[in-house]
Amino acid sequence: MKKISTPVLTPGVEPLLASPQRRRLVAAGSGAAGLSAIGFPAIVGAQQEKIRIGHLTPMTGFLGALGEYAVMGIRMAADEINASGGVMGRQLEVLSEDSVNPSVGSSKAQRMFERDGVVALLGEISSASALTISQVAARNKKLFMSIGARSDELRGKNCNRYTFYIDIPNTVMVNAVGQALLRDNMVKGKKFFSLTADYLFGHDLLKVSKKFFAANGGTLIGDELVATDVTDFSPYLLKVRQARPDVVCSNLAGNQVTTFLKQYAEFGLPYPFIGFNLNTADAWAAGAENFAGIWPTVWHHDLQTPGTKTFVANFTKRYNKIPENHAWIEYVTLKMVAQAMNEAKSTDTEKLIAHFEKGTEFDILKARKGYFRAWDHQLMQEAYPFTAKPKGQAKDKQDFLAFGQAVPGPNESLEILATNKADNTCVF
Amino acid sequence: MDFVFLLEQVVNGLVLGGYYLLLALGLSLIFSVGGVVNLAHGAFYAFGAYVSLLITQALGFAPSVLISPLLVGLLGVAFERYFLRRFYQSDPILSLLVTFGLAMVAEQAIRMVWGAAPLPSSMPSAFKGQVMLGEFMFSRYRLFLLAVVLVVIVGIWLLLHRTAFGRVVRAGVQRPDMVAVLGIRLQPYMTAIVVLGVAMAALGGVLFGPISVVHPAMGTEIMTIAFVVVVIGGLGSFWGVVLAALLVGLVRGITIHFVPAAGEASMYVLMFLVLVFRPRGLLGERIERFE
Repeated sequence: MKKISTPVLTPGVEPLLASPQRRRLVAAGSGAAGLSAIGFPAIVGAQQEKIRIGHLTPMTGFLGALGEYAVMGIRMAADEINASGGVMGRQLEVLSEDSVNPSVGSSKAQRMFERDGVVALLGEISSASALTISQVAARNKKLFMSIGARSDELRGKNCNRYTFYIDIPNTVMVNAVGQALLRDNMVKGKKFFSLTADYLFGHDLLKVSKKFFAANGGTLIGDELVATDVTDFSPYLLKVRQARPDVVCSNLAGNQVTTFLKQYAEFGLPYPFIGFNLNTADAWAAGAENFAGIWPTVWHHDLQTPGTKTFVANFTKRYNKIPENHAWIEYVTLKMVAQAMNEAKSTDTEKLIAHFEKGTEFDILKARKGYFRAWDHQLMQEAYPFTAKPKGQAKDKQDFLAFGQAVPGPNESLEILATNKADNTCVF
Repeated sequence: MDFVFLLEQVVNGLVLGGYYLLLALGLSLIFSVGGVVNLAHGAFYAFGAYVSLLITQALGFAPSVLISPLLVGLLGVAFERYFLRRFYQSDPILSLLVTFGLAMVAEQAIRMVWGAAPLPSSMPSAFKGQVMLGEFMFSRYRLFLLAVVLVVIVGIWLLLHRTAFGRVVRAGVQRPDMVAVLGIRLQPYMTAIVVLGVAMAALGGVLFGPISVVHPAMGTEIMTIAFVVVVIGGLGSFWGVVLAALLVGLVRGITIHFVPAAGEASMYVLMFLVLVFRPRGLLGERIERFE
């Protein structure tokens, strides 16, 4: 047998397959490749490259329960999009990971852009993590849809043109509750005592609420910073009682609001309270006997629009739970991104940014469509105040929330509750 | 007026300290007697809360206060038999690693079974509301909690200092070899101590569930505090843990009165000071095998 020169790893050792077998194998292999290229276009089409989307959300920690809903929402959206043909004929692949904290989140974001080849990043609920991730996105010149983070500061001087903001900012949350308070005459001349979560989001919310009180004749007689790992509020509740306010105000986040509500009910303090941030998951966890006060929400499952009803029905069927607002917002965001990619016929970041900036309208399952403002990349949408149903009217353990009418009202501009351009500190 | 407010924080802190004691005492017992660091202690606290939710739905709150710790105690038997027992004679770092891993497994298991969302849990409405003793406001529920803790603490003290069981346990802390020479097998006592310790943690979970959030990571939240109390109090001493728990609650309350943002950091500063000036802990005993 004539030895054909072949690359050999160890001199003097025969390659694994002797030459005639190798030639036959190579011939067979190329034949198979040629056949598949010619004969099976459907298979070739399905193996077309998937569009990879990175998804970071807190799955552990005090926002972990919300992150769980977020993953459920985005997964359902991805499956629906893929079932109806994908984006531009390509399937979506969403890589969901736990962002844990700002530094882990930003290094995961970097890895997702560099190594995993994601075309865009979606997600985040913690404002602190969203800030670091948006900076990573800007460095990589890629799109980041900041879904659940609500701090104004993210959108102010820390903004960048690669980031778009979906959830209502703190200004809108305060104004949404504020409108209800003004209507009930609960602001002018009243003394407020606030408890604030001691991190970026809490400080930001406190700043906005201080502005609101000052502008409307309310006085803030006390504000305490509460570390995010506090599980016992009794010393703070004692301070509240010692200060004797007219209204107690919560600027807390995540399950701290639940703990606060429960312990407030435990001590039976007599002052009415309000809060500028709450998610329905946290309200449900507090339970009907402990929940009270006026709170804002970006969306709720009881909204009587066809879009929401269908979404709630499908979600409940798939997961056996009622969707929480974080499930809704992740779902609509992925759908918005998919729609933008289809309409712009591209996954290119610059084309997507331009498409959002020109005010394209999106169906966000509410009465009115949403659109992004070009100068601060904030989604304009309605919000809803909510409070507790009168005792005895709840149909089940999750039915004790009474949701109010959408704000802004149907004849008002969607932008009246949001920051106005005059106060804007965001430059791209 | 300010002094009365401060005093109110002091008293509230002591009440809270009594609650920390429940968790720290079990941890301290397991460490002193067995020489193992049980970082999975928080997991039993969490199990106690979750099991109590199930029992409350079926039978009511009062039965769950009794049954949940018993059930979790049974789990403790298996825990001791299959995990802790291998590490009594080893370097404490090994038990630390194993129990740390178990704690993570337990948290994820809870998340898989019950979901990450916090579950609603409440106290019987009879306990709601405040009680005014002079100028001081107490929550009715916490006074009940304090009463339960006192009963448990007195019971443990009697068990350790007035029974034959307790005598053997205390001897086993100092001189396990001598106890063996006297023909007494320490193993069943160790199992009993572990079961007692985790049952107390579970009781803590049952009692604290209604006033905090029942979620998978609740165990880790409470572990830090329990651990700090044990370190401050010192090993091998019953009164050390009691003193440390009260001190931690007290210091936290006072700090929140003056500098609220430093409230959570205060116990670590306290621990640091104690370790600098009394490394063995406030009332820690000389345990020879750790020297």
